[in-house]
Amino acid sequence: MKRLGAFIRKEFYHVFRDRRTLLILFGLPIVQIVLFGFALSSEVKNIGVTIQDNAKDVHSQEIINRIRTSSYFSVKASVVNYKDIEERFKDGSVKCAIIFPVNFGSDLYSKEGAQLQIIADASDPNTATIVTNYLTAIINNYQQELNPNARLSYQIVPQLRQLYNEEQNGSLNFIPGVIALIFMIVSTALTSVSVVREKELGTMEILLVSPFNPLMVLVAKAIPYLVLSLINFIIILLLSAFLLHVEIRGSLLLIFGESILFIITCLSLGLLISNVTNSQQTAMLVSMMGMMLPTLLLTGFMFPIENMPWIFRVISHIIPSRYYYDIIKAVMLKGLGFSYVWKETLILAGMSVVLLTIALKNFKIRLS
Amino acid sequence: MENKAIVCKDLTKQFGDFKAVNKISFDVDQGEIFGFLGANGAGKTTAMRILCGLSYPTSGEATVAGLNVYKQQEQIKKNIGYMSQKFSLYDSLTILENIEFYGGVYGVSRPDIKERSKNLIATLGLEKEAKKLVGALPLGWKQKLAFSVAIFHRPKIVFLDEPTGGVDPLTRRQFWDMIYEAAASGITVFVTTHYMDEAEYCNRISVMVDGRVEAMDSPVKLKEQFNTHSMDDVFYQLARRAERSGD
Repeated sequence: MKRLGAFIRKEFYHVFRDRRTLLILFGLPIVQIVLFGFALSSEVKNIGVTIQDNAKDVHSQEIINRIRTSSYFSVKASVVNYKDIEERFKDGSVKCAIIFPVNFGSDLYSKEGAQLQIIADASDPNTATIVTNYLTAIINNYQQELNPNARLSYQIVPQLRQLYNEEQNGSLNFIPGVIALIFMIVSTALTSVSVVREKELGTMEILLVSPFNPLMVLVAKAIPYLVLSLINFIIILLLSAFLLHVEIRGSLLLIFGESILFIITCLSLGLLISNVTNSQQTAMLVSMMGMMLPTLLLTGFMFPIENMPWIFRVISHIIPSRYYYDIIKAVMLKGLGFSYVWKETLILAGMSVVLLTIALKNFKIRLS
Repeated sequence: MENKAIVCKDLTKQFGDFKAVNKISFDVDQGEIFGFLGANGAGKTTAMRILCGLSYPTSGEATVAGLNVYKQQEQIKKNIGYMSQKFSLYDSLTILENIEFYGGVYGVSRPDIKERSKNLIATLGLEKEAKKLVGALPLGWKQKLAFSVAIFHRPKIVFLDEPTGGVDPLTRRQFWDMIYEAAASGITVFVTTHYMDEAEYCNRISVMVDGRVEAMDSPVKLKEQFNTHSMDDVFYQLARRAERSGD
């Protein structure tokens, strides 16, 4: 036990004296949270819109006013012709343009009805869809208010509610993803690199010749990174709660328990990688390519899994972070209990056991 | 048997058809400095790994500090020290922290670590550098420190695997002074080297060729036997017999 203590202390010295490791450890989560929270927001807010009002009548002005007062849009200087619109799209100052035809107001009372054109910049299709939907809603609203009795008396008006995230707070979705990513970086990449470094430097040989149990070498390597991952986790939770105002609904205890389980999965993966690689670069590359990219792409936090080709959907089943992402989303954001995530928990636990067994076995084989 | 530090009898290690170590027999007295020579690929490292408790022999007998290499690997590890050709201390730890770490790994008690490291640093004249990172030390100092750390837990035998690679002649000389001191205090030294001047410093040497021990005696007698004045020539005559090529 005292030997283990000496070893763990040494690991902490390594971490705290290496500026790069420190930067990855504590800089990364903060940068990611801020980046995802503010810069890469998928929310639609203050979308630039320009208006070519050829009608200039009461109705067009009223619609423009409504758009102006909506927090989703910010109305920019109006344009005179179509060429101007394209210029604005190209310089990126607006994402959307509305064109009122000359006799918009009078057409409104005609049999054929009035027309207006909405042009959206679909180079970002998600935003384009959301923008056109919002604009259509504003216009429909106005239309209904104009002649409340014109419509059929039988009307279905769907009342939409987006549960668990009614304010469309985009931060919610990515936080579990960022947490999974950070665990992958700290527990998988840094752990594998730190074991392989000892191999590269030749100190592993010395440790193996010492009476220190080789399996304890792995334990001693894993514990500091487990602790550091948890500290990171707490930082992320605090940042999400106080900076991004994400409400944590589920039980904190369950969230921590599941996180520790996932950290163990990541650590096992890291130890396994360190067994099959012999240089720090290779270990880093395998961790990045083999583990972090799938975490980014195949867990569903950036791109919905349901929309992927079947081959990727199949592959996504062997990515541990996918299950962790689902668990945290369910517990943290929806406030669900263990009974809803036991299946994912079981899969993660199974993965950890398998990975750890392979890692330990390989480590022993290397000795003889 | 009891006063021998290392005893090998027909020790063999086979990988498939390849006999890396082929029936070697020798013994090393307590407090002796034993040079273990051979070209690259002759089987030195494999034999040394068995003696250090890192791998099991295929056949034959061997005891290290009276302990069986088949059954008592863990006991062996407690009784030996080891220093490799690669520098084996941690650059990002200070001298003192390195000593404390290895002391801790070998289970030396805390007060003992404190006292011994104080003495050690005084002997090496490193009082000023004790709290500096090892990475800042010159290579010669690092190697001397590595050796001191290898015998810090007072092992019965210390294995040195090409300990002076890349070190200048003056520091090598000082390094060997330290080896003599250790031997005088009763520690058996088992050393591999490619420098023939170092071979001369050993009490006895053995030369391995193709997995077998081809010659073993004191440097003086070996030179007589091979009718030459230099160890270089002895080694050359022996190594020429090799059929496998080094790596």
